[in-house]
Formats: sequence, structure tokens, C-alpha cells
Amino acid sequence: MFVLSGYDYLLVFLLVSALVPLIALGLSAVFRPKIVSAFRKSTYESGIEPRGDSWIQFNIRYYMFALVFVIFDIETVFLYPWAVAFDKVGLLAFIEALIFIAILVIGLVYAWRKGALEWT
Amino acid sequence: MNQGIDLQRSFVELLTGAGLPQEVARAFWLPLPMVVILAVVTVAVLLAIWGERKWAADMQQRIGPNIVGMAGFLQGVVDAIKLIVKEDIIPRKADPWLFTIGPILVLIPAFFAYLVVPFGQNLIISDLTIGVFFLVALGSVAPIGALMAGYSSNNKYALLGGLRAAAQSISYEIPLALSVLSVVIMTGSLSTIAVVEAQNTYGMLSWNVFKPIVGQVGFVVFLISALAETERAPFDLPEAESELVQGHHTEYSGMKFALFYLAEYANLVLGSLMATILFLGGWGFFVPVETLAGWLGVDLLNPVFQLFAAFLGIVITVLKSTIFVFLAILARWTLPRVRIDQLLDLGWKFLLPIGLVNLLLTAAFRLAFPGIFGGV
Repeated sequence: MFVLSGYDYLLVFLLVSALVPLIALGLSAVFRPKIVSAFRKSTYESGIEPRGDSWIQFNIRYYMFALVFVIFDIETVFLYPWAVAFDKVGLLAFIEALIFIAILVIGLVYAWRKGALEWT
Repeated sequence: MNQGIDLQRSFVELLTGAGLPQEVARAFWLPLPMVVILAVVTVAVLLAIWGERKWAADMQQRIGPNIVGMAGFLQGVVDAIKLIVKEDIIPRKADPWLFTIGPILVLIPAFFAYLVVPFGQNLIISDLTIGVFFLVALGSVAPIGALMAGYSSNNKYALLGGLRAAAQSISYEIPLALSVLSVVIMTGSLSTIAVVEAQNTYGMLSWNVFKPIVGQVGFVVFLISALAETERAPFDLPEAESELVQGHHTEYSGMKFALFYLAEYANLVLGSLMATILFLGGWGFFVPVETLAGWLGVDLLNPVFQLFAAFLGIVITVLKSTIFVFLAILARWTLPRVRIDQLLDLGWKFLLPIGLVNLLLTAAFRLAFPGIFGGV
């Protein structure tokens, strides 16, 4: 049925683990009281009247971190096959990975020197 | 290599012996380990919550839960029932759909990841050939749920908490992946079973944590990043209660809050199990199972011994991961919370370079001394 062995379990387990929160929420929907109160549905702001909206434009400081993250996350994805096949490919692949990582380290140093990794 | 007991085959043979066709028997088997694992995880979560509350109480010279069950043991069950019958509040300004999907999306990967967690040679739901990669990949799904919850609440605290959760998670994912990669180099496989088996060829001495230099460095990098990924103190910035009330679950109540809570502890237990599998030799005893059979003077293929070895494997896995759960609890109640700039600095300027160097060092060691650093 499946080309790759073990993946039928993966599909079934995905359904099973998705059922857990759905059953829990369904159970709660049956038993919980339904009280309609306008005050309870107001936004929590430590007890004072909520001021303004939070869906506004503002400077998200993690933006640069997210950009650097994308680079390094792709790097780790490329390194997985290298690591798995490492004992078969040997010295040549090691030198290639060295060059690959060196290029990325230059990128990291650049971002670092430019202050992208500073929280200011 | 010792094959261990094959529960699936015995079960299917039992049912086909009773007159059922092969496919039906297999279909009966399919959900069985999953239900067992889910039950085990739920119990483990309740135990972790109870242990944390009791120990925290001890540290602060309180008594902690002591009414329900023996020494307050059943307090978690009662709390769960309370949360089930609690009113569900969706703020007027919130986005109801994202608000509901958020906690679900946080919980699903926390349970789904147990697919590849082995408790013994065959005591695993499915031995995917990419098991380790699967675990790391699932770790990056939960922050989407946290971000969703934070944004949809339309609450300033929640939004900041959700953003912090996402930033923290992406900052520590790379060091985590790098330390896992060095284990993969030493194993030459991504299967969790293969990772554990490679560590148990010579008993305790071949555990990854005892590999000279790279083992210990990788282990420490892994522990810090895993602790940061679970978003617990001292890295609990997303829900720093003194600044952000409760972070992205500020607006949540009732069952949806319970889902977040359950996911947090399921992730804690999962992280402990991952540390056990990747660095402490999983179900492996201090000596190889062959030596153990020799000591007891029984044949390796003796069914009673196989059953005993499987049972011992489960106990050892649980004991090893309990160490990490208690380490996390100890860290939470003794260390002060780090600041956001310290958190980002630690991830990007400290753990990331160390992780990279450690990875290359592992590869170099593997080339130079293939005997010590995994296989021939």
C-alpha cells in the first residue's frame, strides 16, 4: 500500500493525535456552562479599560533574526544528508562541507558586525 | 544483533490463530500502540505536573497539593475535570477561528512526535527512517500555533508573547539541530532505533554523552536549546508573568488553556526522552544485553529473558528521562529568568558558533578515529 514502510502508522497517528484536542474541546463544549456576558468578553488589560487595538503596525525587532534564521535553517537541512552519508563519502565531502559552512560563517560574521544580532 | 521480542507478530499470529484474516488482524494491531503511547504520555504529564508542584512547594517551604489522592497525586486529574467544565471565553475583539486553532496546533505536534520515540527494540509506534529529522521538524510547528494564539487574541500582552515565542523558538532551533547533527554523524542514520543501537554496542561506554569532547559539548548545547524550545524558566520569556501576564495564553480559559498546559508538559517529557535517546543510550543498560544474559546464565533468545530485557528497557528509558524532567524542574525553580537580549545573544552568538564548531569537530574526529566515533 505504501511505498515507504512505516508511513501508514504516521498517517493514522496524525489522525489520532489530532483527535485528542478535538475530543477534549468537544467534551468541554458539552459540559461547560454558556453564560453570555459582555464584560467577560472584553480584552484583558490588567484591569483597566482596554485602549486601542493590538492589530497595528509596529516595529517587530525579531525581523532580522527571522531573516538570519531562514539562512541557517536551510543550511541545517542541507547538512542532514551529508551527516547521514558521512561514513561513505569521507574526506572529500568533509572538505566540501567545510567550504559550505565557511561561506555561511562569513554571512553570520557580516550580520553580527552589521548589528543585526543586537537587541537595541 | 539481538532482535528483541516482536509484539506485533505475536499479536497478529494470536488473532489469525483465532480465525481472523491477516489484514483484519493487522488493522486491529494498528491503533493499539498509539493508544498505549497516548495513555502513557498523559500519565507521564500528570506525574510531571505533580512532581513539579510538589518539589516547587518543598523548595518554597510549602506543602503543595496534599488533599486529592495520596500526597495530592490525583490533583492533576481534578484540575483537568475543572478545566473541562469551565466556561470558554472568546474575547469580543478576537478572531474566533485562529483563537481556537492556535492551541490545537500547539498540542498536535507535541503528541505526534511520540511516533518515533522508542522504549525498546520493537517498542516504537513506527521506526521511520527519518525519525530524528522528524522530531526536529515537528519542533518548529508549535511556534506557529503560539504566534496564531498571540495574534488572534487581539491583546497586547498576547501579541508580544506570541512574537517572543516565535523568536525564541527559531533562535534555538539551529543550535538544537546542529547538536543533533553531530549525533547523526556518529550514527550514520536518522532512525531513532539505529541511534540507540549504535550507542549500545559496548554498553555504557559507547553512549554519545561519553564520546570524548564532542559528546559533552553537544550534550550541553542540546540541553540548553531543548530547555529553551520548551519555553520553560529560565527561558520562559513568552509567558513572563511579571511583564506579559501570561504571554500568548493570557486570554485563554477552560479547555483551550488546558491544551496549552498539556502541550507544555508533553513537550517537556518529549525533550527528556529525546535527550535520553540521542545522548544517554535510550533503553540501553550499563552493559550490553548480551553480557547481561551471560551474567544471568540464560540464552539470549530465551523468551522469558527477552520479556525481562524489554521490561528493563522501558524502566531504564523512563528512569533516564526522569532525570532530565527533574533537571528542568530544578532549573525552573532555582534560576532567574534571562532578559530577552541575553536570550538572543546566548542563542546566536554563543550556542550557534559552538554548535557549528562541534559539528565540524565531530566530522573530523569521525574521519580520524572511526572506531571511537561510531562504527567502522
